[in-house]
Amino acid sequence: MSEAAIPLHFADASKSFARGKERVQALNHLEMTLQAGSITGLLGPDGAGKTTLMRLAAGLLLPDSGTVRVLGADTRSQASTIQKHIGYMPQRFGLYEELSVQENLDLFADLQGLSREAVRSRQQELLKLTALGPFGTRPSGALSGGMKQKLGLACALLRAPQLLLLDEPTVGVDPIARRELWEIIQGLREKGLTVLMSTAYFDEAERCDEIILLHQGKLLKKDTPAAFSAPLQGRCFLVSQQTASKRHLRETLQARAGIQDARILANGVRVLCRTTTPPEARAGEDWQAVAPAFEDAFVDLLGAAMSTSDAPVTSNTVAAGPAQPTSPVPAKAESTAETVIEVHDLCKFFGHFEAVKGNSFSVQKGQIFGLLGANGAGKSTTFRMLCGLLPASSGTLRVAGVDMRHASAQARARIGYVSQKFSLYGNLSCDQNLAFFSAAYGLRGASRRQRLDWARQEFQLQDYRDVNVDELPLGIKQRLALACALLHEPPILFLDEPTSGVDPLARREFWKRVNALAEAGVTVLITTHFMDEAEYCDNLVLMSLGEVLAQGSPEQVRAQARSEEHPDPSMEDAFILLIEHHESQIRRSS
Amino acid sequence: MNLQRLRGLIRKEFIQILRDPSAIAIAFVLPVFLLFLFGYGVSLDARHIPIAVVVDQPTAETSAFVGGLEHSPYFTPEIYGSLHQAREAVMDRKADGIVWLRADFSRQVIQGKTAPIGVLVNGVDANNARIMEGYMQGVWQNWLQQRALNAGKPLIIPINAEPRIWFNPALRSRDFLVPGLIAVIMTLIGALLTALVVAREWERGTMEALMATPVTMAEILLGKLIPYFIMGMGGLLLSVALAVWLFAVPLVGSFWVLLLCSALFLLAALGMGLLISSAARNQFVAGQIAIIVTFLPAFILSGFIFDIQSMPAPIRLVTHIVAARYFVSILQTVFLVGDVWSIILWNSLALLLMALFFLGVTWRRSRKRLD
Repeated sequence: MSEAAIPLHFADASKSFARGKERVQALNHLEMTLQAGSITGLLGPDGAGKTTLMRLAAGLLLPDSGTVRVLGADTRSQASTIQKHIGYMPQRFGLYEELSVQENLDLFADLQGLSREAVRSRQQELLKLTALGPFGTRPSGALSGGMKQKLGLACALLRAPQLLLLDEPTVGVDPIARRELWEIIQGLREKGLTVLMSTAYFDEAERCDEIILLHQGKLLKKDTPAAFSAPLQGRCFLVSQQTASKRHLRETLQARAGIQDARILANGVRVLCRTTTPPEARAGEDWQAVAPAFEDAFVDLLGAAMSTSDAPVTSNTVAAGPAQPTSPVPAKAESTAETVIEVHDLCKFFGHFEAVKGNSFSVQKGQIFGLLGANGAGKSTTFRMLCGLLPASSGTLRVAGVDMRHASAQARARIGYVSQKFSLYGNLSCDQNLAFFSAAYGLRGASRRQRLDWARQEFQLQDYRDVNVDELPLGIKQRLALACALLHEPPILFLDEPTSGVDPLARREFWKRVNALAEAGVTVLITTHFMDEAEYCDNLVLMSLGEVLAQGSPEQVRAQARSEEHPDPSMEDAFILLIEHHESQIRRSS
Repeated sequence: MNLQRLRGLIRKEFIQILRDPSAIAIAFVLPVFLLFLFGYGVSLDARHIPIAVVVDQPTAETSAFVGGLEHSPYFTPEIYGSLHQAREAVMDRKADGIVWLRADFSRQVIQGKTAPIGVLVNGVDANNARIMEGYMQGVWQNWLQQRALNAGKPLIIPINAEPRIWFNPALRSRDFLVPGLIAVIMTLIGALLTALVVAREWERGTMEALMATPVTMAEILLGKLIPYFIMGMGGLLLSVALAVWLFAVPLVGSFWVLLLCSALFLLAALGMGLLISSAARNQFVAGQIAIIVTFLPAFILSGFIFDIQSMPAPIRLVTHIVAARYFVSILQTVFLVGDVWSIILWNSLALLLMALFFLGVTWRRSRKRLD
């Protein structure tokens, strides 16, 4: 293969940054080559160096040592030539929010030096591809997250690039938009385009031709998804048990020797064993061997990498939940007890726009309750009303026995809330944040000291006591945010997209904690974009355009979407089917 | 340099300005607001100062004196029964000073002796107090002269100062504030607005997207310079139009000289704005720095309101690095005096050097890299 035919080649490339007094090695002697005409997925935990790799490839950063060659050209000397032949979409779209869809496209056409006439047909083609045609005059700031991503992609594709670099294009995008984005990317590959994209989704990784797994700036492995999972043949099982809840089953399995990882799926708990001989099945458990997936390989490889490195986070060393021992009673038995949150006919208007349309649901004590929906479905609005941050327009809303319309302050004392952006003080240290929140919740004296000690120990924050929050990895921030929300021992916990942008290992650990909390009787309300996380919920509502489309247990919601074409839909399939059905109904009626 | 790319960037910038309420507020609303505030509201002239008059023993002489006070455009006297009441009035800020004519005032005057007038001035507002002191002396001298004339005797004062006021004969403070204000307004657009919009590009991640295209750093910089230069000159024309036609400030010098000097100053301000934004990549910090190092000095240290010559020496030294200082001096000269080349040339040279310095440093610092 000639030099210029190699889309991207990193030769012994290193890059470090100053962070405070230290230097952080973002990429460490990286050596890799992309195959022309393939889709390569870039995966790794937070801080693995994914974004740095992307920026080096786009010529926006230069390596400290080694070389980066794009289409045969060195990024050091020929950055502007390279930038004529690549498309790059940064994590935050890079769109001008005041400009309309068409104006954004025109701007990037000008920046690429394309003539207006030549670009006209290309723009039409891209607008059709991204289904943004009808929104040409809309300011891009008013587009949904998914539409912004598609517009960002269209801008990057204007001059039919030879290499497309996408930095987490599907973060914070709902399943429907994610699927559409993937269809576009796959169509591009068929035309011979080389794509490098970073992602946090395993199903996307499976669809890539090759996967690059990064960890602490080093290349752990680069291979096809099948080659990643092949060594794990015989170590994966699907365990089901009729009598216990899946969540409870997962806890017991995870604690068993010989089991490396356990995660909840639609039809049971998936287990990755340390060796090919699984631990003995207990009474009532049904073990079935299944084919390994990339996710198993990810956990296996990173687990090994982390236990050898000094990184304090590993999914296996985490103690399961709060101090009390895991309750032997299955969660379902006690969940019938008491209704903690009751919502009836809840409406919210913003001007004339009805963001939430007469929704009703209730949550029992000790349940994990999920709020699912596409971008703009009204999840966050509902959430804010439940927390008493936003007054309801009409309907009743009772949280912990308190009417939120009259005594929201009273209810708030019994609520722990973790917002999407974590609401921590970035320039305060971990300890200072904890101290502040404990004071804000009115904790004092011995009980305050006790709760602070508990938080540091429970959430393994000892190593970060004097580190400023801005310098913490996202996963640790999330732990700290959760610790702060739990300082006053609230019986109800609200979590607004707590796992968005958090890497898969941190997500696992997070769910372990949430499970343990629910087992201990804390009621958890959570919104999420990750459909696999919906399986962790006892009950959930699926929202679209302000309405509840389906509610019940994950099984019941999936059952609602069952049809002849989809005899066994996953939660993601169910989500897409129900929402598309609902939207087409609305379109027909209007 | 590729004209198509530059055109695209400039067009984008104008669309953003027109659709962003905060840019419009800084570029149009705030300048007009400042012009009206300084044109109509703020005045450094002391007029109609409320003053408490205490007369211990009313006589023909005292009423003649109080009459003199009443005729003066500077004072609005009010008679109080006792010194105590007058003091209360000063405490309540109903009066800014007290004139106290003692019981023996008339007798002393008639006997041709020195008649003491007690003048108490509220020194809280030091500026007003000093003006009052001077004006009071004027009133008292007038009154003496009047008396001497009435008596048919010439009043002998060995020195007679006859002041002529040049360049602003009416002594309207508006005439000298409004031209200086133009420097403040152009700092606002050139430095503050520019620093904010570049920082916003970093904050929103659009800078990263821009840099991944073949666009060059020169084009990105010019794509900011040109639109905000046009905006700043627009601000200048608006200010001059309002100054001349609405506030009737005379423009004695040449309009073209004014335009040229303003362009130089604007380039210096834009250079500062771009330099700030290249150091501070978020809007909050960029805004704070721009206000502290450009806007406030343009207000306080430029000679726009406070006379530089009467500042303490160290601060006077500091004013030399404030670009607005040179521009204010040009503005006041061109508006009120005319094209005095010795002032215009030296100050323009200073502006030119500052513009070159700031734009040069910005150029050196800007690389098409994210780190």
